[in-house]
Amino acid sequence: MNKIAKLFVTFISAITLALVSFTSSFAKVEGEYIVLGSAISLTGKYSSNGVHTQNGYNMAVERINKMGGVEVQGKKYKFEIIYYDDESNPKRAAQLAERLIKQDGVHYMLGPYSSGLTKAIAPVTEKYKIPMVEANGASRSLFTKGYKYLFAVLSPANQYLEVAIDLAVEKNGGKGVKIAQAFEQDAFSQDVRLGILDAAKRTGSEIIIDDKLPKELNDMAATLAKVKAVKPDVLVVSGHTKGALTAIRQISEMKVDVPMLAMTHCDAAKLSKQHGKKSEFALCASQWHKNLSYKDKFFGSGKKYAKDFQKEFGYDPPYQSAESSAALLVFKDAFERANSFDRDAVRDALVDTEMQTFYGNIKFGPGGQNVAKPMILFQVRCKGDDCENRVVAPTKWASDKFYHPIPKWSERS
Amino acid sequence: MDFLIFKAPMLMVQASLDGILLGILFALIAYGMALQWGVMNIINIAQGDLVILGGYIAYTIYLWGIHPAWGVIISPIIMFFVGWALYKLVINKVVDRDLFISILATFGIAIVFQQLMNFIFGADVVVAQSEYGTTMLFDNSVTLPNSKIFSAFISVLYAIALVIYMRKSKLGRAIRATAQNARAAKILGVDTEKVYAATFGINAALCGIAGALISITLTLHPYVGLPYTVRSFMIVIVAGLGNLPAVAVSGMGLGLFEEFADYILGTEFRIGAVFLLLVLILVYRRFKLSKKREYLK
Repeated sequence: MNKIAKLFVTFISAITLALVSFTSSFAKVEGEYIVLGSAISLTGKYSSNGVHTQNGYNMAVERINKMGGVEVQGKKYKFEIIYYDDESNPKRAAQLAERLIKQDGVHYMLGPYSSGLTKAIAPVTEKYKIPMVEANGASRSLFTKGYKYLFAVLSPANQYLEVAIDLAVEKNGGKGVKIAQAFEQDAFSQDVRLGILDAAKRTGSEIIIDDKLPKELNDMAATLAKVKAVKPDVLVVSGHTKGALTAIRQISEMKVDVPMLAMTHCDAAKLSKQHGKKSEFALCASQWHKNLSYKDKFFGSGKKYAKDFQKEFGYDPPYQSAESSAALLVFKDAFERANSFDRDAVRDALVDTEMQTFYGNIKFGPGGQNVAKPMILFQVRCKGDDCENRVVAPTKWASDKFYHPIPKWSERS
Repeated sequence: MDFLIFKAPMLMVQASLDGILLGILFALIAYGMALQWGVMNIINIAQGDLVILGGYIAYTIYLWGIHPAWGVIISPIIMFFVGWALYKLVINKVVDRDLFISILATFGIAIVFQQLMNFIFGADVVVAQSEYGTTMLFDNSVTLPNSKIFSAFISVLYAIALVIYMRKSKLGRAIRATAQNARAAKILGVDTEKVYAATFGINAALCGIAGALISITLTLHPYVGLPYTVRSFMIVIVAGLGNLPAVAVSGMGLGLFEEFADYILGTEFRIGAVFLLLVLILVYRRFKLSKKREYLK
C-alpha cells in the first residue's frame, strides 16, 4: 500500500511538473498580460538604487496600463513584471535570468541595476535570444561585445564627463586645460575615465594627476594633497556615491581650491542634502533632469513625471527611476510597431526605435546604446544650506549659467 | 609625477600627518581585536561590521539633531551590550573550539550584521557633519581637518583609559589573568565566562568609538566593514598580541607607509603595498623563528 501511495505521489508530481513546464512555455503573454522579467537588487549594496529602478518600472507599468495598455493585432494587453531579488550579486543575477527565461517562460527582459549586473545578465539573454531593454548599465563594454538583443536607454559611461572637459576648455578660451582625475577601480568609473582621456586628446588637454582609487578606500587625502600642490584647471572624480561624498567632505575639510570640480553620482549620493553648502559649485553628470523640455503623452514632461513620482513614492525621482520608466515606454512602442509577440520581430522593432520620451530622445546605436540623448551637467547651487541642482550644460537645455571659476575656500562663507 | 612628494617638502608633512592621524584610529580598532584575540583566541571577522554599526549609532543621534561627537560616548555604551549579547548568543559556543570555527562563526555574524544594517539604515552611503573646521599650518600649505585631529585625540584618550583600567581594576586583572592562562585563572576563582563576555563587550565598545569617529571623518555604508577588519588584522599581525604600544606604533606605521606608498607608487598600489609589506614581515618573522629553532637544536 505504502509503495503504491509513493508511486501515486511520484506520478502526480510528474504530471504537475509537466503541466507547469507546458503552461510556462506560453507565459510570455498570459491572457491579457505581457509578462516581462527582471532581476533587481532589492537587498545588498545596490538596494537603494535597485528600489529606485523598480519604482521607475512600476510607475511606468501602472501608467501604461491605465492609459490603455499595449495594442497588438487589435487587442489591448497590459504589462506585468516578474521580479526576483538578485541580492546585488552578479552570479545570482545570471541564475535568476536563466530562471526567468527557462522556468517562468519570460520572453522579454528589463535590465537590473548597475553595469556589473547587466554584464552578468546580458550573455544569458543573448544566449536565449531574449530582447532586454535596460536602463541602468552604462558601461561602455556592454556595447562593444556585439550583443544583438541588448538595448540601453541611457548614454554610455564614457560620455558622462566629456561635456565637462569641453566646458573647461571653452572657459579657458579654447585652449587645452590641466586635468587632475581620480577614479575608482571598477568597470563604470574606468569607462568614465576613458571618456576623459578621449576628451583630453581631442582638446589638447593635459592630464597631470591620474589616480585610480582602490574600491576599499574611503580616504582621498593623498590625491587631494597632490591636487593642492599641482593646481589643475579641473578636478574630475568618479567613485559612485562613496566617491562623491568622500570627495566633497575632504575637499571642503582640506580647503582644496580648484576652479572646476566635476563628478558623477551626485544625486544618488544626495550630495546637496548630506553636505549642504559644502557641495556648492560641484558639477555633476546626469542622465536626466526634471527641468529638461522633453515630452511624451504618458508622463507629459519631466516636471510632471517628478510630481507624479513624488506623489506615488514620496521622494523626488533620481535619474535611475526616470530611465527605468523610459525602458517600458520603449517596449510598448516596439510591441506596437512589431504588431506581434514574436521575439525576433520585437527585437527588429527595437532596433528601429526612434522616439521621444519625457526622459529624452531614444535611438539605438549598433551596439545597443542610446545615441540620441546627450548627457547633461548640473551644478549645485545653494542659498544658505538649501541647495538645488541646476542644469548648466549642454547649452540647449541649460536653465542657468555655469558658475566659473569656483571661489576660493577663503572667500566662501 | 611619481616623485612629486620629493619636490614639494610640504607634501611630506601633509602625508605624514594624514597617515599618523588615520593610523591612530585604526590602531584603536586593532587594539580591540588584539585584546579579544589574546584573551579568547578568536579572530573576529565581524570587527569591521561592529565598527560600522557603531558609526550608524552615531549617525542616528546625528539625525536626531544631537552633535555626532556625542557618539563617542553613547555608541560604546550601546555597543558594549551588543558585544555582550553576541557573546552570550554565539561566541560562547565557539570560544574553546579551534580557530577555524570561530572564523566561520564571526564571518556569519558579519553577514548578518551587514544585512541587518542594510535593512535598518538603507544602502545609501551616509556621512555625519561635525562642522569642526580645519587647522591650517605653514601658510595654508598643510591642511588638517579638525575632525581627524579630534578622532585621533579621542582614540588616544580611550586607549590610555583602557590601559589604566586593565592595570588597576579587578576585571582588568581578571582579563589579563585569563589571557595568560585560562585554566589557572579558573582554578583561582576567576569567572572566565564573565571575563570572556566582558572582553567581547569591551572590544565591541572600542569598535563603537571608532565607528562614531569614522562617521564624522570618513563615510558609512553597510558593506564597508571588511577593510577595517583586514586593516586591524594586519596591524595585530605586525604588532603581535598583548602589546599595546606595539599596536599603536604599528597602526601609525602602516598609516604612514600607506600614505607614502600612495605618493611614490601611485594610488592604485597603495593597498597592495601594505599587503606586500605584511607578506615581507611574515616571511621575515618565519625566517627569524627558523633560525632560533636551529639554535635550540
